[in-house]
Amino acid sequence: MTDTLTPVLTDLWDAERSWTLKTYESKGGYSALKKALDMKPDAIIEAVKDSGLRGRGGAGFPTGMKWSFIPQDNPNPKYLVVNADESEPGTCKDIPLMMGNPHVLVEGVIISSFAIRANTAFIYIRGEVLHVIRRVQAAVAEAYAAGHLGKDIHGSGYDLDVVVHAGAGAYICGEETALLEGLEGRRGQPRLRPPFPAVAGLYASPTVINNVESIASVPSIIEHGADWFASMGTEKSKGYGIFSLSGHVAKPGQYEAPLGITLRELIDLAGGVRAGHELKFWTPGGSSTPLLTDQHLDVPLDFEAVGEAGSMLGTRALQIFDETTCVVRAVLRWTEFYKHESCGKCTPCREGTWWLVQTLARLERGQGTEQDLDDLVDQCDNILGRSFCALGDGATSPITSSIEYFRDEYLAHLTHGGCPFDPAASTLFDTAGARS
Amino acid sequence: MIDDKTYSELEEIAGRYPQKRSGLLPMLHLVQSVEGRITPEGIEACADILDISAADVSGVATFYTMYKRRPVGDYHVGVCTNTLCAVMGGDLIFERLKDHLDVGNDETTEDGKITLEHVECNAACDYAPVMMVNWEFMDNMTPESATQLVDDLREGKEVYSTRGPKLCTWREAERVLAGFPDGLADEGPSAGPASLVGLSIARERGWTAPSGKASGRTNGTAETKEGAAEQADTGRAETETKQEEGKE
Repeated sequence: MTDTLTPVLTDLWDAERSWTLKTYESKGGYSALKKALDMKPDAIIEAVKDSGLRGRGGAGFPTGMKWSFIPQDNPNPKYLVVNADESEPGTCKDIPLMMGNPHVLVEGVIISSFAIRANTAFIYIRGEVLHVIRRVQAAVAEAYAAGHLGKDIHGSGYDLDVVVHAGAGAYICGEETALLEGLEGRRGQPRLRPPFPAVAGLYASPTVINNVESIASVPSIIEHGADWFASMGTEKSKGYGIFSLSGHVAKPGQYEAPLGITLRELIDLAGGVRAGHELKFWTPGGSSTPLLTDQHLDVPLDFEAVGEAGSMLGTRALQIFDETTCVVRAVLRWTEFYKHESCGKCTPCREGTWWLVQTLARLERGQGTEQDLDDLVDQCDNILGRSFCALGDGATSPITSSIEYFRDEYLAHLTHGGCPFDPAASTLFDTAGARS
Repeated sequence: MIDDKTYSELEEIAGRYPQKRSGLLPMLHLVQSVEGRITPEGIEACADILDISAADVSGVATFYTMYKRRPVGDYHVGVCTNTLCAVMGGDLIFERLKDHLDVGNDETTEDGKITLEHVECNAACDYAPVMMVNWEFMDNMTPESATQLVDDLREGKEVYSTRGPKLCTWREAERVLAGFPDGLADEGPSAGPASLVGLSIARERGWTAPSGKASGRTNGTAETKEGAAEQADTGRAETETKQEEGKE
């Protein structure tokens, strides 16, 4: 029986100077690299495939299979790009991971690049996290000095250079093809697929783009084996993942557990919903995943079960809201975010998110009509699946799900002539009387 | 002014990449570090080095929110007002600061010290409400601690990030983003308290990942490209894959 929490990536975070090479190596770090360099690259891809590791950035695509799509007979250089543009509202796992244990990411980058036969890798970190960028820059420099990076790594004949690249503030660059545009020095607008990046990615060359946590999971798979990884999790959602609890719980924070843990178990570990209050709604994987409610406390948090419950596992960003929170206010704010972050390339998203904000804002002020709810659902129907990338799809998730579960609360804004909630009641410092 | 040293550093950034245009985002960070904002001279220098038009560079500079066309104060103070932080108190903090500093969103105080801006989710939700000063974390803020923070910054007191070093200026921060480390990586803790809650519980209860001998069934995920796309968490991956295969 696997333990309830299984610290692997987070295991080093309480160590003294955990971000340094010295600490990482004292706990066995970079031994997976030595092992990997003795393996055939294809054997590494097979091991990652066998482990069942699925992308930890939200979409859940099998990581090893993504690597196997790289056409090795393509004469162009191959590239690995790490997506460290963590920006999905609610998602806060990659940032503490890179701050506390940047070397596990660097080791993962080296092994993964070796597997796909890339000699250049990029770590694209959102620009708004200065100290995390410092830590990753320093880890890469230490890895070069130790001979883990550079020419002829540990006598293997394999060369790898890693470039740490800071973004400049654009949620859309978390979308992999928009990220490539940013990395090519262009406006971050997504590209049409196919061709997929595996065939024509960075500089139109074969490129693998993986999330930080996916790449950081690779050393443990090489170290302990695919079946070790697969001993955790559920039938089709293998391994461990970092679950991020935020909002109205007693102890928000990071909990690393096998996939399939439930929100009930996690809230229990987090000391319950904040004292004197009860769960109202939550996101399983960031604001782009449809809201769930207290009916869904026992849904196993894996790709399949959350999908069956009508949402998506996403990034395991569990944002918890209690009954003091107005769902209309919450959804309007997310929608304003999507409108702000829409890159403007396609009409359904650019115009659609603008109209969604207009309609929701009117409802929130209590000035709309019941017809507006149907209009919202209709607008969402015209955005979902019709926009160029998943940003537009994500924008509809909070709206359609909140209307499904909380239609009455929207209507209450109309009968009340505005928001019936006291926004001060939902704040952390309400009990201290610290109102503005 | 873009002097020779800056120009050569801009070239150095471009030289880090297999294709030099990839350097544009960090190059613009360096322009901000030197000029205090994106200036026409900075745009021209980037265009010159990358052999692209100034319009191309401008197009990029206006797309990303971290690039500023107007001068930024010594301290860029961001208040997260995305949903979770807003609900937990970010809205009240932002209102209080606008009032306290007598500025609106994206405006700078008269003394040139502070530029206030509401920011989107900065990936620290377990520390809500969150503020950022020059893109360093200021966790678990209240209206009182926020006003104290900006007062201290204006008075020139030493202020530390809750998970990082003593706060540097905005221009110094931009230089690090351009890829020129400032040697402060070893400052601050490994992790803040919220990052460690799960790990502390695991330590208390003796919970660990399985031993290296553990073994599970390894054939759970799809064997084919289409199967994988179907399993993936978006309908989008599925349609795109079928389209590529010419099956839809």
